[in-house]
Amino acid sequence: MLADKDRIFTNLYGLQDGGLKGARSRGSYDGIKGIIAKGRDGIINEVKASGLRGRGGAGFPTGLKWSFMPKQSDGRPHYLVVNADESEPGTCKDREIMRNDPHHLIEGCLIAGFAMGANAGYIYIRGEFIREREALQAAIDEAYEARLLGKNAAGTGWDFDLYVHHGAGAYICGEETALLESLEGKKGQPRLKPPFPANVGLYGCPTTVNNVESIAAVPTILRRGAAWFAAIGRPNNTGTKLFCISGHVEKPCNVEEAMGIPLRELLEKHAGGVRGGWDNLLAVIPGGSSMPLIPAGATGCDDLFMDFDGCAKHKSALGTAAVIVMDKSTDIVRAMTRISYFYKHESCGQCTPCREGMGWMWRVLTRMSEGRAQKKEIDMLFEVTKQIEGHTICAFGDGAAWPVQGLLRHFRPEIERRIDEYTARSSELGVRDPMPEAAE
Amino acid sequence: MPVRRLAPPDVQPPTFAFSKANAEWAKAQTEKYPPGRQQSAIIPLLWKAQEQHGGWLPEAAIRHVAEFLGMAHIRALEVATFYTMFNLEPVGKFHVQLCGTTPCRLRGADDLEKVCKKRFGEQGRVTKDGTFSWVEVECLGACTNAPMVQINYDFYEDLDKKSFEDILDRLADGKKVKPGPQNGRQLSAPIGGPTTLTDKSIYEKR
Repeated sequence: MLADKDRIFTNLYGLQDGGLKGARSRGSYDGIKGIIAKGRDGIINEVKASGLRGRGGAGFPTGLKWSFMPKQSDGRPHYLVVNADESEPGTCKDREIMRNDPHHLIEGCLIAGFAMGANAGYIYIRGEFIREREALQAAIDEAYEARLLGKNAAGTGWDFDLYVHHGAGAYICGEETALLESLEGKKGQPRLKPPFPANVGLYGCPTTVNNVESIAAVPTILRRGAAWFAAIGRPNNTGTKLFCISGHVEKPCNVEEAMGIPLRELLEKHAGGVRGGWDNLLAVIPGGSSMPLIPAGATGCDDLFMDFDGCAKHKSALGTAAVIVMDKSTDIVRAMTRISYFYKHESCGQCTPCREGMGWMWRVLTRMSEGRAQKKEIDMLFEVTKQIEGHTICAFGDGAAWPVQGLLRHFRPEIERRIDEYTARSSELGVRDPMPEAAE
Repeated sequence: MPVRRLAPPDVQPPTFAFSKANAEWAKAQTEKYPPGRQQSAIIPLLWKAQEQHGGWLPEAAIRHVAEFLGMAHIRALEVATFYTMFNLEPVGKFHVQLCGTTPCRLRGADDLEKVCKKRFGEQGRVTKDGTFSWVEVECLGACTNAPMVQINYDFYEDLDKKSFEDILDRLADGKKVKPGPQNGRQLSAPIGGPTTLTDKSIYEKR
């Protein structure tokens, strides 16, 4: 188990003073001038060497992302945008950082802003997090008062302003270009890429969008050194990570652990184990609702290491490390149908395969969860997920298709059983031949 | 995507204007963004307008905000209808947003939904006395504290049928209610106490 001294988020549960004084006593802003004195390349190289990969879902190397920003400004300002639009079902880690450990994030913004030549940063927080927004704004005000932000921020010679901006309940604004559109005061509909935000981002200026947890980890990495962070976890999957454990465990919780921790150890050490014991496990979704589920068993959850490569081995992904646990009492088809409904509700409506496909998948799954379908529709549904995946502007379509594919891959017999059961009762129900229907 | 329309004309107020304090606040918001980019402030401004108008956003307010920011009305209408936190129809004094996404469903959101239906009827309606309305929403981002609801600005977490009914009773009686976890746990730490951050030495003065 990760030792407490190696944890970054030492006020994860709000048991300590989350204010500036408390944050400073836990090391925040310590030696900030020295960190900035490493220079842009020095910081970027250190972050690269730490192996930090983006904590927002895609796992793109953070240092590499920063290095895409133009080295010299062509007259346009550079922007740092922090993605705090935490909305992926299962995920609730950034919320804890913003309300309990906000100075990690603020210091990280200053460092990241300097490393990419940005004098301004915007934190885009989801609209529902009203109290978290207030806590974050209070922390920023405190930092301004202590001259840690603003002109010559923290005495580093770098001017940096940080603003909180909020959304109003659109999951899609977690997609970076939709977030930028929203921040510009428009509907949150993703942009076609290229051009990438590092060239044409917010207000047409070079912009980097990072997740809260990625940015908040940076100050500690730079203080303790890339080698410290890189020594935790496995190669290519380094560092510590906040895991959000929800669903059918005895004690759901957020916890910071080393990357690569076996799933069973994670659940049993911190979450009191699966409800009814490990053998009562049906499946987990390892990284938020967009990721395919992984079934229990020797070739599934027993062999699951919670990091990027560990989840990829099971045709899933670490995503945001939001572990949704489902025990054997779960109606798995209904659970995944509800996820499908989520995507139907949250599609921005821009691309036809997604706008139409989400409702299509949801309606078919709703029938399948009752058994009111034909077996040939299972293959048809899989085919439809393939028509959506990769055929939309953003990754939303993929994220909605994958969980359905995961269900069909691992629980096809369960769907067939329901269809058989329904068909057997069809005469008493007065149904002749369940008709395939998916149109609205 | 959800289909969202403005409230029917008979409930729409003819005019809307920011109060003096809100107009000043709104002006200050626009200064967060570079010159000429004041449109960026539309979401915070619409939210403020909704606050001022008792929890829902009439058409007149959308037009007022558009004019305040120098935008075409249609652009503001697009934003107001796109983002689901803008209530386009009247809501109760206590607007209950029930999280109905899978992590909450796994831990008993069905029970909370039954409570809502029993007490308030179908979602989207305001009770006769104007006190309550409820609506099922998508993931609110407190999944380790499922099931949960948001009532106005606060999250109420780790609910069950009884604690949820208690909260609603207290609100109906005009009493104070403590937000956050309702089962005695510390925020998102495991119930019974954290399994980590127990080493006191990490908090000693360095």
